[in-house]
Amino acid sequence: MGDKLANTKHTLVALVEDKPGVLNRIASLFRRRNFNIQSLAVGSSEHPGLSRMTIVVGGDIAQVEQVRKQLEKLINVVKVTDITEEDMVSRELALIKVKATTTTRSEIMQIVGIFRANIVDVGPNSLTVEVTGDEDKVNSLLGLLHDFGVKELSRTGRIALTRGSNPF
Amino acid sequence: MKKTGAQILCESLIKEGVEVIFGILGGAVLPIYDAFPQYPKLRHILVRHEQGAAHAADGYARVTHKAGVCIATSGPGATNLVTGIANAYMDSVPMIAITGQVARPVIGKDAFQETDITGITLPITKHNYLVNDVAELAETIKEAFHIAQTGRPGPVLIDIPRDVQQEQGDFVYPDKLDLPGYRIPSRGHPAQIKKAAKLINEAAQPVIIAGRGIIISQAYDEFKEFAEKAQIPVAHTLLGLGSFPGNHILDLGMLGMHGAPCANMAVQNADLLIAIGMRFDDRATGNTREFAPNARIIHIDIDPAEIGKNIPTDVPVVGDVKSVLTALNAQIERGEHVDWLSKIEQWRYEHPSLEIRQSDELLPQYIIHQICEATNGDAFVVTGVGQNQMWAARYFVYTNPNSLISAGGLGPMGFELPAAIGVKIGRPGEVVWCVAGDGGFQMTIQELATITQENIAVKIAILDNGYLGMVRQWQELFYERRYVATKLWNPDFVKIAEAYDIPGLRVTRREEVIPAIQKAMEYPGPFLIDFLIEPEENIYPIVPPGESLARFYEPSKPEVSGGQILSTKHEMLNNIKTQNSNDQKMRVLNLEI
Ligand SMILES: Cc1cc2nc3c(=O)[nH]c(=O)nc-3n(C[C@H](O)[C@H](O)[C@H](O)COP(=O)(O)OP(=O)(O)OC[C@H]3O[C@@H](n4cnc5c(N)ncnc54)[C@H](O)[C@@H]3O)c2cc1C
Ligand SMILES: Cc1ncc(C[n+]2csc(CCOP(=O)(O)OP(=O)(O)O)c2C)c(N)n1
Ligand SMILES: [Mg+2]
Repeated sequence: MGDKLANTKHTLVALVEDKPGVLNRIASLFRRRNFNIQSLAVGSSEHPGLSRMTIVVGGDIAQVEQVRKQLEKLINVVKVTDITEEDMVSRELALIKVKATTTTRSEIMQIVGIFRANIVDVGPNSLTVEVTGDEDKVNSLLGLLHDFGVKELSRTGRIALTRGSNPF
Repeated sequence: MKKTGAQILCESLIKEGVEVIFGILGGAVLPIYDAFPQYPKLRHILVRHEQGAAHAADGYARVTHKAGVCIATSGPGATNLVTGIANAYMDSVPMIAITGQVARPVIGKDAFQETDITGITLPITKHNYLVNDVAELAETIKEAFHIAQTGRPGPVLIDIPRDVQQEQGDFVYPDKLDLPGYRIPSRGHPAQIKKAAKLINEAAQPVIIAGRGIIISQAYDEFKEFAEKAQIPVAHTLLGLGSFPGNHILDLGMLGMHGAPCANMAVQNADLLIAIGMRFDDRATGNTREFAPNARIIHIDIDPAEIGKNIPTDVPVVGDVKSVLTALNAQIERGEHVDWLSKIEQWRYEHPSLEIRQSDELLPQYIIHQICEATNGDAFVVTGVGQNQMWAARYFVYTNPNSLISAGGLGPMGFELPAAIGVKIGRPGEVVWCVAGDGGFQMTIQELATITQENIAVKIAILDNGYLGMVRQWQELFYERRYVATKLWNPDFVKIAEAYDIPGLRVTRREEVIPAIQKAMEYPGPFLIDFLIEPEENIYPIVPPGESLARFYEPSKPEVSGGQILSTKHEMLNNIKTQNSNDQKMRVLNLEI
């Protein structure tokens, strides 16, 4: 497929029943079907009893369509939409613990300010930075902080919603 | 009145119309078995290995179109079911597997005979449940049967902790289901059907590939009308044999790795393929990149995920075969493809793949042909896996709907005997022939005891080549005849049968074949024949793995000296010719004479 979306990342949004084992079923499906999952984030949705999952998968359109249809076949999965080409907002949260000395501290804080990120913890030799944004933004900040020495990193993976009144 | 979980289970099974349960008991299902005597409507068949229970439930389900039910205890009982469940999953067979689980308080503590069977069967079931509360039991069973039997059928496992079986609860069988994530496509999109009809009406060289979905949908009449009205030849997948009369003028037999050359060549040269209820398995398609290079493809399937999974399609129609074909039949025109059908007949003659050569050795093809003759095709043929399966697929003419019962997608050796038990119990009035491999037979041979204990009148034909024959054939053709671990030492199967109180015969010569089959048919109970066949007989044609369907090995031409050439297919066709006055059909047949 010579398409522009060939082998790119796709964002799938799934509404799933909030039942034990559902996450396991989804993870198992990805492994069994040899699908390439890049991140998965899950939490409650606006419907009681249903959770919303945001799944980022790599592959061409045909592969991702296979993923979508196989996911929809799971009994506990109510609906799956590929919103990659929709108008959407997507966010990711990262906590970054970065080395900080008296000489680097202010430079780090400046960078954090530019990214509208927050310092959420200050240690004797480190700062913990919280950043929210799309993947590019998180990656850029991480790139800049790298030089100071990243001690610990935790990222949530993408969550996404379509813009406007579109129900997905 | 309160009932125990075990009683609720039995009552629910009866509500679902269950009549037979195949299984073996153990500690974790004792409360269920203890309740069975209160429910004489539920017939329990005691098997000798849980794999047998699952395959028997599978065979039963394939011929009754109802979910087959099997039951096993926790731990080893449950894990022994796994092969049978995986097989049902691959071939879309409705099944309910009930397993006992250790009591709730000890789940997760590595209790005696605890295994996470819902975890193990996650990827090989359509859905599964661990029942945590007796109040959920009835609803769970109702859901399980619904899921197993509707849409694309499949196995559903219900794991019930022992203390849930003993717990008291109210029995209310729900009449509604709450399954927001479960949708069953049924009718097929009208616009897609219209597009499909247009392609069909315009095609010059169309071919149908008929799959097991037609059988699942029981759309035999609609399908026959479709093929006849449009005059399109029918190639079958292995599991699609029995969806269309094998002696029909439009029938090409099986396609694929061991398919009939005319079927494979028709597919490769088609300008339109109509794939109906089949999933483009690699055994059916050969190399997918070279598959049907000039064809547009219409794919009718109930499972949207099958569309475009292996082969890109031009016109997908998602729906149940029966309703889609009913709609299509109203929109297609009467077709005529005389030139195309003649061309295919030409291929059939240039590559006659059903000849049976004269030989001093006992040939499996001849045996299958004679079973077909003796039963007049009016029997269920239940096969093992391997060469025996392919001979049974090719040399028996499946004129009755759904008359071939074979494990296609998983292909577990040992399917034949327990599946035949399930078939005979599901359809007691029918003749059931179990065509076994000598290797596979020994994987579930213990079910001979089940046969005797329950007096199940199946006829067993072992095609005994003293080899794991299909693998030996691959070693011969693709590993320069280095036979490693394929030669079998076999016991005396007739004595074994005798030890199980089943009469048997050994057949070593051609002349003994017909009398032996006759004797088996006349005998009122189960009967076994051990056919000592030519050890290194191969199944031809064969498309080597990874090759296109157009490239197949054929048998070397039979020695003509004294060679009586038998062709079951052509005999059948000639029979039809005399019965049929349709001009077009005559023209096609004239080519043969
Ligand atoms: C040793 C060996 C050799 C083999 N050689 C060959 C060979 O040469 N040729 C060959 O073809 N096979 C061969 N097979 C079998 C092969 O592996 C597959 O099992 C077989 O091709 C599958 O056939 P199918 O697609 O028709 O059936 P299935 O795999 O059962 O698929 C059925 C399809 O129908 C759909 N369906 C179900 N219900 C409905 C409905 N109501 N309406 C619409 N659609 C429905 C399902 O979604 C599915 O897509 C061999 C197997 C073995 C073990
Ligand atoms: C459980 C299992 N193990 C291994 C195989 C691989 N296999 C496929 S066919 C075959 C040979 C079967 O031998 P036999 O039952 O004698 O049948 P034949 O091919 O000789 O007719 C084997 C080993 C299999 N399909 N199933
Ligand atoms: Mg053998």
